[in-house]
Formats: sequence, C-alpha cells, structure tokens
Amino acid sequence: MKQPSLAHVLQPKWRTALQRLREERASGGSGKFIVLALVGGAFWAGVFGVLYRILKSLRGVEELGPLIPGKMLGLILLSFISILVLSNVITALSSFFLAKDLDLLVSAPVDWLRLYLAKLGETLLHSSWMVALMAVPILAAYGVVYKGGILFAPFAVLAIVPMLILPAVLGSALTLILVNVFPARRTRDLLSIIALGAAAGVILLFRMIRPEQLARPEGFRNLLDFVILLRGPTSPFLPSEWASQAIMGYLRNQIDLLPLILLWSTAAAFVALGAVLHRSLYAPGFTKAQEGAERFVRGAFWRWTIGSLLRWLPVAKREFVLKDVKLFFRDTTQWSQLILLAVLVVVYLFNIQALPLRRGEPVGFFYINLVSFLNLGLAGFVLASIAARFIFPAVSLEGRQMWLLRSSPLDLRALLWSKYWVGTVPLLVLGMLLTGLTNALLEVSPFMMILSLATMAGLTLAISALALTFGTLYPQFETENAAQIPTSFGGLVFMMTTIALLAGVLIVLSRAVYTYVQSAWEGRSIGVTPEMMLWFVAAAALCTAATIIPLRLALRKMESFEF
Amino acid sequence: MIRLENLTKLYGSFVAVDDISLHVPRGVLYGCLGPNGAGKTTTLRMIAGILRPSQGRVLLGGDDVHRNPLSAKMRLGFIPDRPFVYDKLTGAEFLRFVAGLYGQEGDVVERRIAELLEVFELTSWQDELVEAYSHGMRQKLIISSALIHRPECIVVDEPMVGLDPKAARLLKDIFRQFVEKGGTVLMSTHTLEVAEAMCDQIAIIQHGKIVAAGTVSDVRRQHKAGDASLEELFLKLTGGAQIRQLAEVLGR
Repeated sequence: MKQPSLAHVLQPKWRTALQRLREERASGGSGKFIVLALVGGAFWAGVFGVLYRILKSLRGVEELGPLIPGKMLGLILLSFISILVLSNVITALSSFFLAKDLDLLVSAPVDWLRLYLAKLGETLLHSSWMVALMAVPILAAYGVVYKGGILFAPFAVLAIVPMLILPAVLGSALTLILVNVFPARRTRDLLSIIALGAAAGVILLFRMIRPEQLARPEGFRNLLDFVILLRGPTSPFLPSEWASQAIMGYLRNQIDLLPLILLWSTAAAFVALGAVLHRSLYAPGFTKAQEGAERFVRGAFWRWTIGSLLRWLPVAKREFVLKDVKLFFRDTTQWSQLILLAVLVVVYLFNIQALPLRRGEPVGFFYINLVSFLNLGLAGFVLASIAARFIFPAVSLEGRQMWLLRSSPLDLRALLWSKYWVGTVPLLVLGMLLTGLTNALLEVSPFMMILSLATMAGLTLAISALALTFGTLYPQFETENAAQIPTSFGGLVFMMTTIALLAGVLIVLSRAVYTYVQSAWEGRSIGVTPEMMLWFVAAAALCTAATIIPLRLALRKMESFEF
Repeated sequence: MIRLENLTKLYGSFVAVDDISLHVPRGVLYGCLGPNGAGKTTTLRMIAGILRPSQGRVLLGGDDVHRNPLSAKMRLGFIPDRPFVYDKLTGAEFLRFVAGLYGQEGDVVERRIAELLEVFELTSWQDELVEAYSHGMRQKLIISSALIHRPECIVVDEPMVGLDPKAARLLKDIFRQFVEKGGTVLMSTHTLEVAEAMCDQIAIIQHGKIVAAGTVSDVRRQHKAGDASLEELFLKLTGGAQIRQLAEVLGR
C-alpha cells in the first residue's frame, strides 16, 4: 500500500494554522500583527544591541578578547539545549500521546515511521520556535561584529538546525520511556513539577552565587585560572560546543567541517535510534496513555475551610469561589507554578537585601526612599506577570462549561465578582508581603511604608481588574492549557496597559515623594501638604478608574458571549 | 410554557434560524426533528439563553429569556448535546455547584443529589473526578444537574446520545412522568423511533424554518402522507428521498 506523505499526515495541523491566519486577517488582525511586530522587533533590537556592545568591547581586550565570545556562545547554546530538552519532553507528551488527532492517525493505516517523523516534526516546531527566534538577534550580533557576511546566515542555520533536532529526539524518547512507566496524565503532572522545580532551582542557584561580584575588582584575583579555564574546551561531547566551534570557526575564517559533520551525523543517528525506540515502545505507551485519571477525591476539606469562611456570601457566589479553588489545587499544571512564584519572591527579597545602599547616611536616606519608591513599579510588574498567568485565563477556562453558566440563572455580575476576588485576594496578600517586607528590609520611614502599602493595594485592585478584563475581551475558549492563554495577543495588550498604569501612578506620586524627600533632606518638618494630598487623590482616582471601567467593559463583553 | 416568537438567528449573512414561531404548552413533550445543520441546536441554545436571537424573542412561562433572564432561567433545565463538565470536580461536587447556581443549598440539596445519583446509578462514582467518567456517565450527570432544581421545563438536545439502553429507557420514563406531572419537555432528536414513541407533538425543521408541526397524525394529514411511517414522512419533507442508492455509495 502506498503510504501518505509526511505533509499529508500533518495536513490538518498546517491547514488549521493557515486558516487561523486567514481568519485573523479577515477580522482586522493587521493591527495585532503590527503590535506584535513592534514588540518583537524592540526585543530583538534590545538583545542585538546588548550583545553587539559586549562583543565589540571584548574584541578590543587582549588575552581574553578572542576567548570569551566563543565560550559565551557555547554557554548560550548549552542553555538553549537544556531548555529545549525540557520543553520537548513536555511537548512530546501532548503531540505523541494526548493530541486529539491521534485516534484518527493510530487507527488509519499510517506506518509507524511516518507517524514518528510527523509527530517528531510537530514536537520540534512547537517546542523550538521560541528558542530559534531568540537565536536570531544573538547570531546576528556575532555575524555583524565578526563581519560574517551574507553567507553567515545560511551557515548558522546549518549549524543550529541539528542542534534543535537532537533535543527533540531526546525529549520525545524520554517521554516515550516515562509514559511506559507512568500513565500519560500522571506523567504530565510529574513533568510539570519537575520542570518548574528545575527552573526554580536554576534561578535560585544563579542568584545565590551572586554574579554581580564578578563586576568587582576583587573578583579578578584568580585571572590566570580564569584564562586557563577559558582556553580548554567546555565539553567535547556536547552538541552546543560543536555548533559553537562551527560558528566561531566560520567567523574567524578558519572553517572546520568536523563539528558540522558531527552535528548532522549525530542528529541522523539520534533520529534513527529514536525511531527504533518508537517502534517497540509506542504502542504499549499509547495504550497506557489512555488510562490514569485520578480516583476518589474527598472535597470536604475545602467545604470546611473556605466554605465556612464564606458562609456570609450568597450560595451561588460561594459555590463559584469553592469550585475555582478546587479546580486550581487539583490541577497540577496550575498549582505547581506556585513553586516558581515562591522562588521568585525569595530572589526578589534577596536582591533588595543585597543592594549596597548604606555607605553614607544622607545618601543612604535618599537612595532608600528612591529604591522603596521604584520598588512599587517593580513589585507592580511582578504582580502583573502573576495576574497574567493566573487571572487573565480565568474567563477563557470557563469556555467549555459556558453552556451551564449561561443557561442557569447565575447573574454574570456574580461570576465576574467571584473571578475577580478569587484572583485578587491572593494577589493582594502577595503585594502587601512584597512591599511590606522589602520596605522593612530597607528600614524606610513610616511615611514611605504607608504610602507604599496604600499604593500597592490600589495597584493590585486595578491590575487584577485589567487582567480579568483583557482575558474577557480576548478570550481563548478553545485552549485547554491555561499556561498558553497569557501568551496570546490579549496577554500582551494587558501587560502593556498595566505598564502604562504603573508608569502613570508612579509619575503622579513622584511629586509627593519628591516633596517629602526634599523636606527631610533640608531638615524641615515633614507633614502631608495640600499639594501632596492632591497627588495622592490623583493616584487613587487613577487606580479606581483602572478598576471600575475595565470591570464594566468585561461585564458588557461577557453578556455578548455566544456559544 | 415555551413560546418562540419570530425567532431568527443570523451568522453573518447565513440564516441559521429563519423566523420560527412555536408554542409548547404545559404538560407536553415536544420533539424537534430535522437533518444535520437544520438549525435545531441553534434554536435550543437560544431558548436556553446561551445564544442571543438576531430577531424575535423567547418566553419561558411568560418571562423573556433575554430581557428577564434570571426568572426565566429559574424555570429551565438545559441538557446540551456535548457533555462538557468540569473535569476536576467530583460528580457530587458538580451537582452541588449547579444547585448553588440556582440558589439552592443545605440538606434538601444533599438529599436531592443522593436521590438523582441513585436513580442514574452513579452513587458509587460520586466521589470520583468527572475526568474518570465515560461519555454516557457524563451525560447522566448532566441530566441529573438539569433536574436538581426541579425545573418547570426541560430543553434537551439529543438526549439519547451516549446512553446505554437501560439509561435511555430510564430517561424516557423520567420525561414521560415529568410531563404527566405538568412539566414541559422540548427535545431535539435524530432518532425518529424515539420521537414517534415519546413525543406528543413534533416540529420538522429544514433550513432554519419549521416545515411541519403538530401531532404525527396532524403532520401526515397536512402532507397527505396516508399512513406513512414518521421516517418516510421525514424523508419526504426534508428531501432525504433523493439520496443515492446505498449500493452505489458502498461501491459493491
């Protein structure tokens, strides 16, 4: 029997993607495209600019100059490979075992090799596109600084592609083995905890080694050891090292084909080995992937705790809050993100404590107030990112059950109310903790403490409302994975709006803080002047408007939803 | 009980439901029949308040579903064709949640949940997450959820899909008793035997319009179909008689 081509097997995927593009264009998506292009372009330009400056300045340094760029590229590519292995493991689980098209493909007379290659390609594309895009400005900076010329681009592609194939094969193989040991849904839970735990560990480790010390003169005590370390290869068996050698060789006009041959032959061998493994393990793994739902859950804990606490609420609102809390804590892919969150908070506080502020008393006072004030913006940004992850998808996640909510006599205001407060209360606690603890570490005055806490409370209420509203204005009802929802266009617009709000509030309040610091500096009595009061009222009005107007818009949009 | 007045639904230039008017009185089991894409599901979803009509209105017990949604929906139990429920809730938790949406709680609800789970043979599954339920079990759970608040009318889209013969029989009995006690059921179905056996009245929908309505004998009379079966009548009215010979399609 003639087997269908790979493109044919993947037809539903690429046709769906094309259709989505067409629909975007038809619904006036060009504005969306321009915003995405601008943000993406700015990010690329930023990465390119920073790396360009570093590479340019390194070229002028003797001894270390020629060594560091190669090492740096090797490290960047190594970190790419590590990220890719992890993301391929997670993506392979969806594409090989949980995807909706699998029932059709597995029951059709498509041979195992075609299925493997099609799904491997899909896994590679889904997990690597972001890393591939990230590599563009980095390699462009190398190409420009070392004058690689126009031919450097295809050469770089030749070196990078096998580096993307290898983690895809490795990740898929790891998933295949894991699914044969654990059921697929359990594996997904396990992987999300491992992935987040690993990411959290890396962040913590990186922060705790205090890389900023390298910038101090005493960090260069062992210069000779450093140079010796740089001269040696990092690890001759790592594909990232081969890719780095190939690229640097090309850029230094010393083209060595061995690393390229190594990369491509290893990639081919890996694909062949992966296919062999797939042939023997896929069928039992796929069968196992159909099992594995959790059994017997007693939900009395939440009813006794949160249910009793919310006794005063009308029953519809109370049941809604209880339902949202249960869904969150029973979904490993959701609650496991709290691990990362906890680590980020620790790192945040660690950073504040590590700031070298107290060198002289008057300067110290000025800087402490400045840091405490600017910290509001930073903490606000952290809260916005958390809101994007947890509050933004709230309405989208109701999509499939909207038949129930719309056909029941539930007032949509109650739905919005529940969603808002379920997201806002934890965010408010976190916001207060972040601001209160950082201010306590900075030993700020009571004035700054009260100002910061009040501002943070206002900002949190507004950020939460904005997240919920933009999530409602740009819903993703078809996406089942909550983590993917904030990466949409709506998520981007939410983050941009929140940054504008943070900037607005900080600008308004800066006048009041300036007056306060000036009075303290000049040794005058510090009190709240009418002018300061005016700025406080303006900031409060800004936060109130950014809370109420978006929520009204969200309600109106929700009323027009059709399913 | 259920009244549709000039109900129309447009999707862009496509007319999904075209000026439908219908009255389903109290104590009647009414069936909506029609080929795929005729507009049955769209009509039912407008009655349930999930879709907004482009024109016309839906009245449930005198209340406009879109102008006075809360009191209209209090009377309604809706059963969709696709059983999407929260996977991470248990069966009992889901029913408690739905009861809460109708403002009900306490011992009465707990007794009602136990009763419904017992009737639909889900008691041993009540503390399991819905993600472990089969399609049929989910469907039974949704039917239980539509009954939990003791509605006055039930709107149901393809009620028998996914149900085993025992549950299908049970559902027929439940609907029959429900209308005997004064309730109203409006259901869409493709299963003509089910419609013929269960429904007091039927409407056949084609291209978004009602092409025939009344009791089965009324429809036969209106279309001079003699004593033709409902299947023959349906095919006559919806153009199904023109289907090609089976043998030709099967290619043997």
